[in-house]
Amino acid sequence: MDYQHIGITVLWTFLYGYIIIGAIDFGAGFFMLYAKITKKDHIISELVSRYLNPVWEVTNVFLVFFFVGIVGFFPDTAYYFGTTLLIPASVALILLTIRGAFYAFETYGKDTKFAWIFLYGMTGLLIPASFSTVLSISEGGFIEKTADGVVLDWFELLMSPYAWAVVFLSIISVLYISSAFLTYYAHQAEDKPAYELMRNWFLIWAGPMIIICQFVFLSLRQHNAEHFSMAVSHYWWLFGLSILFFIAAFVLIWQRRNHGLAFVLIMVQFALAFFGYGISKLPYILYPYIDLNHAVVNDSMALALVIVFIAGLLLLVPSLLLLLRLFIFDADYVSGKRR
Amino acid sequence: MDGVIISRLLTGMTLAFHIIFATIGVALPFMFMIAEGLGLYKKDPAYLAMAKRWAKGFTITVAVGVVTGTIIGLQLSLLWPSFMRIGGQVIALPLFMETFAFFFEAIFLSIYLYTWDRFKNRWLHWLLTIPIIIGSTMSALFITSVNSFMNTPQGFDMVKGQLVNIDPVAAMLNDSFFVRAFHVVTTGGMTIAFMLASIAAVKLLRNRFESDRAYHKKGLKVTMLTGLIFSLFAMMAGHASAQFLHHEQPEKLAAMEWHFDTSSKADLVLFGMLDEETQEVKGAVKIPGMLSFLADNSFDTEIKGLNEIPADERPPLVIHYFFDLMVFFGVFSFAISVLYFILKKFKKEWSHHSFMLYMIALTGPMSMLAIEFGWFLAEMGRQPWILRGYMKVAEGVTQANGVSLVLVAFALLYLILGFSCIYVLVRIFKDKPAAIEIENNRANVGGEA
Repeated sequence: MDYQHIGITVLWTFLYGYIIIGAIDFGAGFFMLYAKITKKDHIISELVSRYLNPVWEVTNVFLVFFFVGIVGFFPDTAYYFGTTLLIPASVALILLTIRGAFYAFETYGKDTKFAWIFLYGMTGLLIPASFSTVLSISEGGFIEKTADGVVLDWFELLMSPYAWAVVFLSIISVLYISSAFLTYYAHQAEDKPAYELMRNWFLIWAGPMIIICQFVFLSLRQHNAEHFSMAVSHYWWLFGLSILFFIAAFVLIWQRRNHGLAFVLIMVQFALAFFGYGISKLPYILYPYIDLNHAVVNDSMALALVIVFIAGLLLLVPSLLLLLRLFIFDADYVSGKRR
Repeated sequence: MDGVIISRLLTGMTLAFHIIFATIGVALPFMFMIAEGLGLYKKDPAYLAMAKRWAKGFTITVAVGVVTGTIIGLQLSLLWPSFMRIGGQVIALPLFMETFAFFFEAIFLSIYLYTWDRFKNRWLHWLLTIPIIIGSTMSALFITSVNSFMNTPQGFDMVKGQLVNIDPVAAMLNDSFFVRAFHVVTTGGMTIAFMLASIAAVKLLRNRFESDRAYHKKGLKVTMLTGLIFSLFAMMAGHASAQFLHHEQPEKLAAMEWHFDTSSKADLVLFGMLDEETQEVKGAVKIPGMLSFLADNSFDTEIKGLNEIPADERPPLVIHYFFDLMVFFGVFSFAISVLYFILKKFKKEWSHHSFMLYMIALTGPMSMLAIEFGWFLAEMGRQPWILRGYMKVAEGVTQANGVSLVLVAFALLYLILGFSCIYVLVRIFKDKPAAIEIENNRANVGGEA
């Protein structure tokens, strides 16, 4: 593989990682808020915070890793996305800041405030929506090159069925992934009421999730026909497999069996769809301005980045496994016997 | 206002806010490493409670540090896309390594904060501070490397506006890197030690819980000693910086000392007011020959004057005030810590006299301000360049509309965040005497179980 493909694979994998653990985090925040409003918070709040406390900071690093990495491997992205995304990215940043900070204030502070839980819960749904516009923009059609530089066509973006389909997909996926994970986590914790609640939420969100996926596909056909035909002619099997994994996961949770396996199936389901989307989009990072093969950083830097990446992984993977062992796979901790 | 000014304001504002939490983030783990280690070594539950209380406060500040760090990471591309497009070819490596270091720190910090009672051998928990400190120090070093590259760019050639023939390692270990990294790390340690000393001093002055007096006095001793040691190193680092500037960035040194005409036996100018038209300095204390001495250990060293620098490449002269304040605040804190130990040795009862406690209470905020002023000095001192000698700030700025809107939004955000953060931190410790926590930790100092 050449540097640009190594680079984009690494970045896409980290983005995928962020989507999964970010979704769990964002969704959990929203469920906490919802439970608080419907007076069910005593059922899940302890479960959720037992999971979130040790991992929320790590979640955030996945995102930082992605955007630092993409600017490093493909400096042109800084110019095009940086210029056009000033407003949407600033909004996302502000939401992310409010969420992270008020989560900490609420959790580690002395007193709890409904306003803080509200901010924390609502931003959890708005952040995925605002980030998803980046993916929409990368399909092309929203950015124009003028004499003064590049500009984002807001009207086009706000009127685009494709962009809206992606926004809804991101929000619903968050609730879907999050409820699946928390179902598993509650089951591990042998916390019956929380388990029932989370399982119901999962069953509720599974349907809309798969329907909105089809909308995204159909509207992509309108928006970027080239990408669409690439996806259906060469990579249809990836998306087909993804649906099979979805069905298998749904059946398992429906029958209250193998919750850990069910969550793994969901992760595979998303991996297939996400990588299928990514591969069929190549070689464009931003259609038609940033072509992977021309935008890659100079060779010596690319080599240095790859070396650092491998060295970094050797350090990170064992550390991450330790973190998981201590807080996710430790039965005593999960069930609250150990604090 | 034009886009360049607004973008500069916004970047400056974000960094000024972030640096408070970044400094805490870099150095506080070192402090709770000391406290927890002392607790286990001396079998003294007071130090364990100290480590836990510091770590508890840290969870709040680290959250703000993480989110503001994320902001600046993305804002670089949002506000300076043209710079990142060109500079990204070279600074990608340290930026990338910084995220790894941060990642590493985040993982072990999480483990540290949630495993106080997990390990039978409590020294194992203490060992977790080592990866945290490695991670936080490394992340400070890498990000300092990015910044020092912008001050002293090297490791590439510029051909037709593109950076080519890149040597990533040479760019990362550029000329100013080591001097600045040393300065950043030592002043960070110094600042946090004095901040914690300030808290102890204020608590002693307030004296709400009589039972906590011994605890806070212990805290004062540890933090003042750490502060004293770090501030000694910080002054050495400052001296090295001055020498470095003399050799590599004379325009910055000249602007910060209002040194207009090239001369040997140059005066060190302290404070004063400047008439920019006539280049006349009023009301300043001038130490003859001292600038030459500081720059190169000899009173005869010739110091390049500002008038030799092209007018459109001169840094703003306001940086002189930042320099003076930085040095004054830093030296003040150092002097107080020396005085504290002298009193402790010869006049023990005076070392906790309320006048002394008031002075100690000032050291923390003053050191933090010194950090802020030091960064203002460093950053404004390389104006008008974004990549010194290669690219002006105006060439790197975004062309996008709406920058002023974003400026206002972030200003509001930092205001709210700063206020809430202080509110929460104060509330955590307000009605919670340390004595109870010390009692709770009494069983935990045994070492092996």
